[in-house]
Amino acid sequence: MNAVEVNNIVKSYNRGKPQALRGLSFQVQPGELFGLIGPDGAGKTSLFRILTTLLLPDSGAATVLGYDTVKDYKIIRRLVGYMPGRFSLYQDLTVAENINFFATVFNTTVAENYHLIKDIYQQIEPFKHRKAGALSGGMKQKLALSCALIHKPQVLFLDEPTTGVDAVSRKEFWEMLKKLKNQGITILVSTPYMDEASLCDRVALVQHGTILDINTPQGIIQNFGKPLWSVRSNDIYRLLNDLRAHDATYSCYAFGETHHITLKEDDFPIDIIYQYLQSKRHESIEIQQIKPNIEDCFMALME
Amino acid sequence: MKQFLAFVTKEFYHILRDRRTLFFMFGLPVVQILLFGFALSNEIKNASIAILDQSKDESTQALITRLDASRYFTIIKTLHHNNEIESVFRRGEVKLVVVFPANFRQELLHTNATQVQLVADATDTNTATTIANYAASIIRQYQDELLNEQKLPYTIRVENSMLYNPQLKSAYNFVPGVMAMILMLLSALMTSVAIVREKEMGTMEVLLVSPMQPLMVVFTKAIPYLVLSFVNVIIILILSVTLLEMPINGSLTLLLLECLLFIFTSLALGLLISSATHSQQVAMFISLVGLMLPTIIFSGFMFPIENMPKILQIISNAVPARWFYEIVKSIMIKGLGIDAIWRETLILLGMTVFFMGVATARFKVRLEG
Amino acid sequence: MKKSVIITDKLTKRFGAFTAVDAITFEVTQGEIFGFLGANGAGKTTAMRMLCGLLHPTNGRAEVAGFDVFRQREKIKQHIGYMSQRFSLYEDLTVRENIRLYGGIYGLKTNELKTKSDTLINRLGLNEEANKLVRSLPLGWRQKLAFSVAILHEPSIVFLDEPTGGVDPVTRRQFWDMIYETANAGITVFVTTHYMDEAEYCNRVSIMVDGRIEALDSPTGLKKTFSADSMDEVFIQLARKATRND
Repeated sequence: MNAVEVNNIVKSYNRGKPQALRGLSFQVQPGELFGLIGPDGAGKTSLFRILTTLLLPDSGAATVLGYDTVKDYKIIRRLVGYMPGRFSLYQDLTVAENINFFATVFNTTVAENYHLIKDIYQQIEPFKHRKAGALSGGMKQKLALSCALIHKPQVLFLDEPTTGVDAVSRKEFWEMLKKLKNQGITILVSTPYMDEASLCDRVALVQHGTILDINTPQGIIQNFGKPLWSVRSNDIYRLLNDLRAHDATYSCYAFGETHHITLKEDDFPIDIIYQYLQSKRHESIEIQQIKPNIEDCFMALME
Repeated sequence: MKQFLAFVTKEFYHILRDRRTLFFMFGLPVVQILLFGFALSNEIKNASIAILDQSKDESTQALITRLDASRYFTIIKTLHHNNEIESVFRRGEVKLVVVFPANFRQELLHTNATQVQLVADATDTNTATTIANYAASIIRQYQDELLNEQKLPYTIRVENSMLYNPQLKSAYNFVPGVMAMILMLLSALMTSVAIVREKEMGTMEVLLVSPMQPLMVVFTKAIPYLVLSFVNVIIILILSVTLLEMPINGSLTLLLLECLLFIFTSLALGLLISSATHSQQVAMFISLVGLMLPTIIFSGFMFPIENMPKILQIISNAVPARWFYEIVKSIMIKGLGIDAIWRETLILLGMTVFFMGVATARFKVRLEG
Repeated sequence: MKKSVIITDKLTKRFGAFTAVDAITFEVTQGEIFGFLGANGAGKTTAMRMLCGLLHPTNGRAEVAGFDVFRQREKIKQHIGYMSQRFSLYEDLTVRENIRLYGGIYGLKTNELKTKSDTLINRLGLNEEANKLVRSLPLGWRQKLAFSVAILHEPSIVFLDEPTGGVDPVTRRQFWDMIYETANAGITVFVTTHYMDEAEYCNRVSIMVDGRIEALDSPTGLKKTFSADSMDEVFIQLARKATRND
């Protein structure tokens, strides 16, 4: 049995507005760390709300642990943990009050499942008498995750847990998810950050309510299918315009200090591009073939 | 049960940590009672009046003495002619002129058909009516005494319109009204805002995805407000009895039970509002405009319902505060028991059940319909 | 040698006993894209508010666009642009109304404003949407519009506070194309972001830890110094040293 199964889910909010979800389908295996990757407005939150029984789909069906999200919503609510996109804890209650409250709501106690949250909770325990509203972004997240885990859920839904959090906290957060996965919890996590894809077992790239691709991160990269070149010179802005102006260029996107280009013909000699840039008086030109990253793939799939 | 307690505790934390709201909740009743009891009183003391006595007999002298002695009036002028009346009003010197016709006592004793003319400055209608009523009441009292002295075989009793409140104390009107207002405000507004806040903060989302009965989430939020409202009732009653010298002529237990019922009515309205709104601002707006205004206008404590156009009188029947106001007045002032107010009580009960039912039916177990 | 448009010297802000910004010293030159990074609570926002003339510094010295942050705060506000992800445009006004509003705030003349809004609308390809509410535009377009509005009055510096959160990668590239173009036209771009891949687009990057600037160099230079493969690693090495917890 799949931990999560989504069959052709369609969801729209207002007539006249584009559909939020346009017939999505995918499965998540038990114990998998599954990433839903896409920009704001791709439909990630709508999908999570349908799976956590908070919204009804217009058509299509979904099951969580074999239970139907519409009919069996009461059972699902007992078995899953959910961390919504915004910080959804009581800001005027302390860390300890929050966690105790949610433990009681889920008919358990902090002591009973302490082993589950220990790694995470220990980091915020020194501040347990502080009001949740006064915590830093990273600590708020840890508290929210502890609260979502306190009842030992079988499936964990995390909606954009790393949005607005600094790089260190994000890294720590993903390390925590790895540990939870090792305890056998199925995790669905959504994120707008492409670089987080590589940390998942499998990812679905979503855009405008449709899935562009579903695969392992390596699989998605292997499917890129074209040679990708990274180009740099001393004048990065002029370089961008010059590369885009060249007839052989298929796509050219800025990637920090270099630009990533693909060519219309795979076997086009790259030396010609080099000479072209020299003729445009670029200096310290470097061109090398590189392995695409998820962001390259996402942009290629968007076309 | 443990869940229930955890919820109620949590709710108390919210309230107790929000100092401003807490202050508002307990400060407001006190301020209202003091304001309405003293500052905004429609009682009139030492109003300036003038007398035009065209009879100058024993009776008019007695009446003039009584008027002057009363704490409501001070006679500042004695007029001698009808045409002086308008000028004293125009100069704003007096609020009322009492005109005794010629042969006042004679006619009073023999024909029993004399009249006193009370001319009031009606630019301020409320004051004019009140003053005229005071004067009329003093004159009627005198008339009664006179009739008794004469030991006539038949006496004409004039229905005293100042029944139950012979001193015309305005607190008698305001206290029940303020109670209705405060309870509406606390129970309905605060509850609806507290529930909608959970929606706004996103915590409702987490609570919905939990084994909690969704309705329990909502009902437990109402409990602290029930308690706080009840504490407020007691504060208001203590203030009224000690500071405003309000009597509680009827049964205190019955009064408290009726207050409890009205608290439930207000809570039900609060739940209804919260089921229909998604932002605290909207909830507050609906509570203020949709509940507070009708409470002030239609409960009868500011504007007498009998004086309203028919259509507004009919509308007033739908306002719970109207019935509550009746009940409180009946118990506190008239000292009546349940046999006199069972009808009003039943109406309130019916409304409560209805609102509660609609709120429950409208409650969503998901984020949308 | 290009002139400096931001000069700070031991700029400090204390709130009571807490030193939010601890004697930071750096310069940003004209036309530079300068990345201003730091963990949550490292003091980025406080520093930026001082530079924008919104907050009075406790100590030190700083000049922005040639004006002193202590004495000429109103002048500074006229010569900078500001855009943040959270708030920039009025969603219940149309595209044109927003442009007119911001032009008005910065005192552009009616004629000038008219030409400028037409050019801007043309350049963004928003001709058909010019009279639509901003709310109805996709997020990416809103951000591009917000940025264009922030530089409408041709400021010396534009401050961008986490400008590209949550947009799709292609739109993000288009946004950065606009940033390059702006910098190329001589407007200095001062960006804060949590996303290290974005830091790689900057000419130079500073990283704040516990109120101090712990590193300042080009992305390549930083990666070399910290022998790291990516800015992410550089940042994590530095930010892990933080002792502040919020």
